[in-house]
Amino acid sequence: MTRRPPYFRKACNALLGLLSLISIVLAIGCMAWVLCTVCARGFSVLSADFLTSPCKPYGEEGAGIGNALVGTLLITGGAALLAVPPAMAAGIYMAEYGNGSRWAAFLRSAANIMMGLPSILIGLFVYVIIVVPAGHFSGLAGTVALAVIMFPIIMRTTEDMLNMVPPALRESALALGMTRMRATLCILTRAAKNGLATGVLLALARVSGETAPLLFTAMFAYSSPSGYFREPTANLPVLINEYTMNSPFESMHEIGWGAALVISIIILTVNIITRILFREQSR
Amino acid sequence: MNNPVKISTRGLNFYYGDNRALIDNNLDIRANCITAVIGPSGCGKSTHLRVYNQIYRLYRGQRAEGTVLLDGKNILEPGVDLPDLRRRVGMIFQKPTPFPMSIYDNIAYPLRLHYKLSRSEEEGRVEDALRRACIWDEVKDKLQRGGPALSGGQQQRLCIARAIAAEPEVLLMDEPTSAIDPVATNKIEELLPELRRRFTIVIVTHNMQQASRISDYTAFFYKGRIVETDTTAKIFTNPSDKKTEEYITGRFG
Repeated sequence: MTRRPPYFRKACNALLGLLSLISIVLAIGCMAWVLCTVCARGFSVLSADFLTSPCKPYGEEGAGIGNALVGTLLITGGAALLAVPPAMAAGIYMAEYGNGSRWAAFLRSAANIMMGLPSILIGLFVYVIIVVPAGHFSGLAGTVALAVIMFPIIMRTTEDMLNMVPPALRESALALGMTRMRATLCILTRAAKNGLATGVLLALARVSGETAPLLFTAMFAYSSPSGYFREPTANLPVLINEYTMNSPFESMHEIGWGAALVISIIILTVNIITRILFREQSR
Repeated sequence: MNNPVKISTRGLNFYYGDNRALIDNNLDIRANCITAVIGPSGCGKSTHLRVYNQIYRLYRGQRAEGTVLLDGKNILEPGVDLPDLRRRVGMIFQKPTPFPMSIYDNIAYPLRLHYKLSRSEEEGRVEDALRRACIWDEVKDKLQRGGPALSGGQQQRLCIARAIAAEPEVLLMDEPTSAIDPVATNKIEELLPELRRRFTIVIVTHNMQQASRISDYTAFFYKGRIVETDTTAKIFTNPSDKKTEEYITGRFG
């Protein structure tokens, strides 16, 4: 038996170290590039007026993104209201009641598949079941589409977070004579609350930039989002699409970039809040 | 010492799926005594203890057969009121498990499940429980602070206070001192004689000295069977079974 010379493993070590360094630089570099481009192009149009005044067709002065901003908040906020309670209930069921059962295993793989579905499919689905029967696009239909996307994400994180609670905590709650439901709702969700909030915020961040499902549901409008329930509703992702892709005019491109910057800031903020929450929990 | 029998186990078998973990266990636990359960790892001590408050029912595939009489009533029969059984039979776990709430609420919350109390009665009960667990002096000025912020030994005494606040009849302790330091262990051991006056205590321990110091009766488990059970004095001075002798003298386990 001869000893393997040390330069071989040293070389391997150096090579792998270099490869991982390159990957990190690539990943972070790409993200920085995207952010820098959005900032550089969008920053010049940012102003209080830009954020408050509604968007206008080409040629009208003083166009902004106010109505689309409010529309996006309405649509995603509504989606959260619609998706969070049932998704959490389903996650609790999977972690606490269905553990080990076939039904829960089936639900879990269904949720995993749902998470991987292209969002445009969900847009089409909601278009067929809501927009077509109702006869009009609406912000509400957009809300439903985003809620469908959020549902499996929140359900799975709820399940994972409850499974991370030490089993001894569950046992001691029951050992004190609590019912299963009380132990779950009053002790376990409390122990996992930062993780649960993280799941909701991540799902929100994920859907707030979704464009495809909104193209089929909320569509777009120059009006204020007061027609949320019955009319096409302005929102940031579709505004960006309309202003940058479907318009030949430079002034509209600028507004599109401004909207892209605003939505990036919103998503970044949500992500950072999430990280802070999660860090506190793991302490 | 000839106290009445509080828990009487006959022909108890326990299964994890197809795996039989307890084999024909027969054991009497006497009221207001401390019974130590000893034996090597994996011999079924904790499994046996976990039958007394039926906590194993949380898990699919775990089942017990036989009879376990608590004050003459078989708790293995279907239709037993689990929350009420667990109020009567409290449990302390190996690792402290404070709830993510204030020290005060850690005690008061489970208390409110079982009793209707006025605010002042509740405060009195909480203080009484904390005093009996010998932790009152350390926490009386910070009752609204979070329970998980306490040290490990304090957390375990908080859990003891929480378990005794609801006035159980039996207190099951599953290696209550194995995860905490020697000083805290001492404090908990010093508590036990006082607790014994009001509760029947069954304690699982890996620590021979602890068993001989604190218990009145000892049961020796080996591979799911109860090899020998007798007064602690007899077990530790003159055991009748060779396996028991080998174990307590440290020749295996």
